[in-house]
Amino acid sequence: MILTIAARELRSLFLSPLAWSLLAVMQFILAWLFLVQLENFGRLQPRLVGMENAPGLTDLIVVPLFGNVAIITLLLIPLLSMRLISEELRSGTFNLLLSAPVSIFRIVLGKYLGLLGMLGIILLISTAMVLSLLAGGELDLGRLAAGLLGLSLVLAAAAAVGLYMSTLSAQPGVAAVGSYGLLLFLWLINLATGAEGKGSALFDWIAMPTHFDHLLSGLVRSSDLIYFMLCIVLCLTLSIRRIDSLRNRP
Amino acid sequence: MKPLIKTEGLYRYYGDHCAVQNLSFELYPGEVLGLLGPNGAGKSSTLRMIAGNLAPSEGSVWIDGVDLQSDPIQAKSVLGYLPENPPLYPELTVDEYLRYCARLHCVSNDVMDKALSEAKQRCGLSEVGLRLIGNLSKGYQQRVGIAQAIVHNPTVVILDEPTVGLDPIQIREIRSLICDLGSERGVILSTHILPEVQATCSRVLILHRGEQAYAASLQQDAHQAGNCFLIRLAKPPKLDSFTALPGISHADQLADGHYRLHLENADTGSASKLSEQLVQTGWGLEEFISEQPGLEQVFVRITTGEQGAI
Repeated sequence: MILTIAARELRSLFLSPLAWSLLAVMQFILAWLFLVQLENFGRLQPRLVGMENAPGLTDLIVVPLFGNVAIITLLLIPLLSMRLISEELRSGTFNLLLSAPVSIFRIVLGKYLGLLGMLGIILLISTAMVLSLLAGGELDLGRLAAGLLGLSLVLAAAAAVGLYMSTLSAQPGVAAVGSYGLLLFLWLINLATGAEGKGSALFDWIAMPTHFDHLLSGLVRSSDLIYFMLCIVLCLTLSIRRIDSLRNRP
Repeated sequence: MKPLIKTEGLYRYYGDHCAVQNLSFELYPGEVLGLLGPNGAGKSSTLRMIAGNLAPSEGSVWIDGVDLQSDPIQAKSVLGYLPENPPLYPELTVDEYLRYCARLHCVSNDVMDKALSEAKQRCGLSEVGLRLIGNLSKGYQQRVGIAQAIVHNPTVVILDEPTVGLDPIQIREIRSLICDLGSERGVILSTHILPEVQATCSRVLILHRGEQAYAASLQQDAHQAGNCFLIRLAKPPKLDSFTALPGISHADQLADGHYRLHLENADTGSASKLSEQLVQTGWGLEEFISEQPGLEQVFVRITTGEQGAI
């Protein structure tokens, strides 16, 4: 049942030009950034030769690229997630799900998996690009895996935020604005500094980049994993509650 | 016999506005129940509550003996629901869409093709299975909506204004489909079209301002003797000469030579007695029609009578 809903979601996404154009634009920008990094690396290479413990391909290309993928995808997720529930509420198709013998938990999970499927494709194309480096060099595969895990968690958490926002309004535009707001806030919250010029520990903990940077640098800490899991579970639970209350709406 | 749908004391408030109040009724297998009412009478809200789409503010709904509130999954599994706006995905083809709906309703894969072709055949969609729903006309979209409600072979079918947007031929087809469905399971439909109720329903419930204003089984209604007669005369007399005849309480002139006569009290022999009297007067009786106390009069009386009182 969950997979039925997820499959329909993904299918509808690819039946509209939206998914294709997003992927195309994304791929173009990433390729550009990738080539720029590659050229920088080529320019730096003579100097790196003499250095002890010199940064490798992974440090100079993979990590910055994954950082860029995260930011670009954060900008795209609200466009993908706004449709999930909002649009169905607006067009009335949500009634079909509500009167079907499917629990709200499954509806939400199905929708979420559908969006994760799309994000999985984005991850796949960016990882494929990075792996092409293996043709002429060596990568630190452990660090690559940690970075990939971090990237997946960031995208999954952002998708959950977008899903929740899309349950809040029957206007997809409002849902998108809400997701942009919340995601950017989560990304930038630790820019605020206290009187001594030090950031607040709480804000640092709430901010996504703190946790993402650990993973990008190859540091897999359970506290970071728990942060992302909390974020996902919280948003999904809120979505379930919100949809349940839609039946009681005045 | 166990009722397929049973509601008890349903209330629904939208803010301060009470859309449905104290509605209790039952639907038995083999019945087609028509919910009739003017716009805003609470028909759609009632159906949405039964379909589990809207939580009642008070009261409970049992579907096939299962409480919708406490075990919604089990209760919804025997339901087929067509909302006011058919819940269609324009980017899917009819086949894809119906397959998705059937999957949502747990139709297993081995009977999927059969269920699909049967639903399409019943709703006259066999030709358009491969077309995109968004490209179909309004009437066809409505039919896809109905097909969606019956594809999983539910025992209770809820149709919210099923014939909106259909042409007269399609309306007849859908009506016969509804009668067909009603012979084996329970159907509940809402409409504001009176002839539709007369053509399809075995029982009618008139809602007015959220309350049940009238309930009757339609067969018994048809046997009631009328106390109104429409007549046409070749040589009409003055209007007050009708009331001089015994048994006539008053008469209205409808058009030149056309009159409606109201009897004081109607019994089985009154029609033949009246016609004899009229022939003897020598006014040249050309037409004599007994006017049935149809649903329309009841409907008009309920919906306008109360407004007049306010």
